Amino acid sequence: MENKVNVFFFGKRYEVPAELTIMTAMEYAGYTLKRGCGCRHGFCGACATIYRIKGQNELKTCLACQTQVQEGMYVASIPFFPTDKRTYDINDIKPNQQIMMELYPEIYSCIGCNACTKACTQDLDVMQYIAHAQRGEFEKCAELSFDCVGCGCCSVRCPAGISHPMVGVLARRLTGKYIAPETEHLKNRVAEINHGEYDELIEQIMQKPITEMKELYNNREIEK
Amino acid sequence: MFTESMLESIKKVEATRAERMKTEPRRMTAEEKQALLEQYHPDYRQEGFAEIKIGPNKGEKAPVELTGLLHSNSRLLNENIDLSKVDYDVDVLVIGGGGAGSSAAIEAHEAGANVMIVTKLRIGDANTMMAEGGIQAADKENDSPVQHYLDAFGGGHFAARPELLKRLVMEAPDAIRWLNDLGVMFDKDADGRMVTTHGGGTSRKRMHACKDYSGAEIMRTLRDEVINRKIPVVEFTSAVELIKDDKGQVAGAVLLNMETDDFLVAKAKTVIIATGGAGRLHYQNFPTSNHYGATADGLVLGYRAGAPLLYQDTIQYHPTGVAYPSQIFGALVTEKVRSLGAMLVNKDGEAYAHPLETRDVSASAIIRECANGKGVDTPLGSGVWLDTPMIEILGGEGTIEKRIPAMLRMYMNYGIDMRKQPILVYPTLHYQNGGLEIGGEGYTKAIPNLLVAGEAVGGIHGRNRLMGNSLLDIIVFGRNAGKAAARKAKETTLGAMNLDHVQAYAKELEAAGLATDSVSPMLLPQYARHER
Repeated sequence: MENKVNVFFFGKRYEVPAELTIMTAMEYAGYTLKRGCGCRHGFCGACATIYRIKGQNELKTCLACQTQVQEGMYVASIPFFPTDKRTYDINDIKPNQQIMMELYPEIYSCIGCNACTKACTQDLDVMQYIAHAQRGEFEKCAELSFDCVGCGCCSVRCPAGISHPMVGVLARRLTGKYIAPETEHLKNRVAEINHGEYDELIEQIMQKPITEMKELYNNREIEK
Repeated sequence: MFTESMLESIKKVEATRAERMKTEPRRMTAEEKQALLEQYHPDYRQEGFAEIKIGPNKGEKAPVELTGLLHSNSRLLNENIDLSKVDYDVDVLVIGGGGAGSSAAIEAHEAGANVMIVTKLRIGDANTMMAEGGIQAADKENDSPVQHYLDAFGGGHFAARPELLKRLVMEAPDAIRWLNDLGVMFDKDADGRMVTTHGGGTSRKRMHACKDYSGAEIMRTLRDEVINRKIPVVEFTSAVELIKDDKGQVAGAVLLNMETDDFLVAKAKTVIIATGGAGRLHYQNFPTSNHYGATADGLVLGYRAGAPLLYQDTIQYHPTGVAYPSQIFGALVTEKVRSLGAMLVNKDGEAYAHPLETRDVSASAIIRECANGKGVDTPLGSGVWLDTPMIEILGGEGTIEKRIPAMLRMYMNYGIDMRKQPILVYPTLHYQNGGLEIGGEGYTKAIPNLLVAGEAVGGIHGRNRLMGNSLLDIIVFGRNAGKAAARKAKETTLGAMNLDHVQAYAKELEAAGLATDSVSPMLLPQYARHER
């Protein structure tokens, strides 16, 4: 007999195999998921979920696809949360402190409760990356927020109404575009291609008979 | 946590590690590879395929599950859709909100077109988001687009369409530049040089990455840009059929609101199919690394409207899917784990093959080891070891956390520390090498104003795809499709809209003795268990 546990989806009890994730347990219980299910492998943040173990006080957040069921788990999914993304033209803005004040002024209302960090399904130091954003330290904000999947659990718990994932995206785009050093070899190669320096060579290789291509491929030198 | 017998096997892996690390395993010869593929690659299992009986690829083979969808009727066969009631009227309709669709929409918008994205789930719920390892581009001094061409052409068994592969490699550096300018944070050193590694089958280190969130970093940047541009994105709405006109052009699509089951009509001067892959069809019962919506919808829509497929009989099984624990069975373990030095090792501690053979070869070798009793038994089958502690020895302590944090996190959830213990892997259904046939400009050959981009395209990679060439193709061909569609929309005049091809297809099915009640596209996999 396989090991089973009792879980409660939206308050209703189901007996499910203990090795399942919350997501597969819902499907085992008969749910056909439309919302609250995306990549199923922990990268897209579609399956933000909130739960409490019966008899315990603490309210926990997780990704349904990455979390195994437990006995007495009371589960509610948060398939959508109205995070507030501000729009901007990435070519017009600059990586200065001013831009955060303009686009996401509410980050300065952070009361330091750290609920965002506790809620993070990726174990990121969310409050700290918001602190970096406040100070215009975009590179640090980008680094600390890099693994964010945008599930929004932090925003759900925030008393200041901050849309943390959106702040992270802005910091990363500013870092990637303006702060990270320019790549000379990339610039050069794009220019060479645009000047037609590979046109003849690529046409030549495209015309080669398959036998010659096999010869070239099987004997090509591989960089160590 | 590993079982007792797994821990026993780990001891053998540890015992051979020092010796193994002294030599690089030999790469197979062309003949050895071919023999291995024929014996063990799932594409060679005849029972996994069935003949397509109608349509442009009649007489050719496709996976049984895909053939089933092609042999199904339209969801609209018995619906009376009033095409005169138009809900959306645009220049460019992009079906699919992944990397290809988003790139296409951005470029179409940049070109001044009125463009809209319709997507079955949310924008970004796509295989792009899950691509971990990286994106190829020949942008370093010792490399060239020609070398990239050779690697990809050989890796794809000399079957790629030259005009498509040329675009892929020649436009790769500009794709990286475009992403960089949008703010994608590539791994760079202090001087701005890209940190690049090998992928299976590459002859130069041209794999650019954003840790092991490469696709996620690209996708969330593209999504942010789409929203900044205020491009309309209609989510939880799938395209269920293309609309055609009396000139043989495509004229839009009938949409289905996934939540209310209401049909909607989108009229468009050009349509881009960017619906992605098919992993959720679980060919030959393989688990998949794909997202929930990967059900080949675009292939079905295009095919029913008359667009031919190419290489629909070749599927990529990623060598390293999770074999254990069962909660993450089939999830992707990025090839970057091997790029960083981890070897593939069987249960006796033997490095039975070079870790960076092409994916089809590498997957076949794992299947061979397991078939010959050299695999480690797991609750859901078997697997071989990927010797991840080697990465920390080779790159120094902390390399795993810095370069592949997603992998570390995924395993830590289940009490496995890949820095200290190896992990168990087995091939997982990863990518459809084939898809709708296009020309260099992105147009289907049968319908003049229908374009395809991304994984729904067939022919860019041939019969096997190299790591890092898919993230690349969605950007290159997505951008091109967006630009081309915007241009084409200016010169396109639509005739009277109709769904005649739906009836014609049903008649063809009937004439072939395939009268059926089943419908396609599938839209979502059927995972719900019902006791009655």
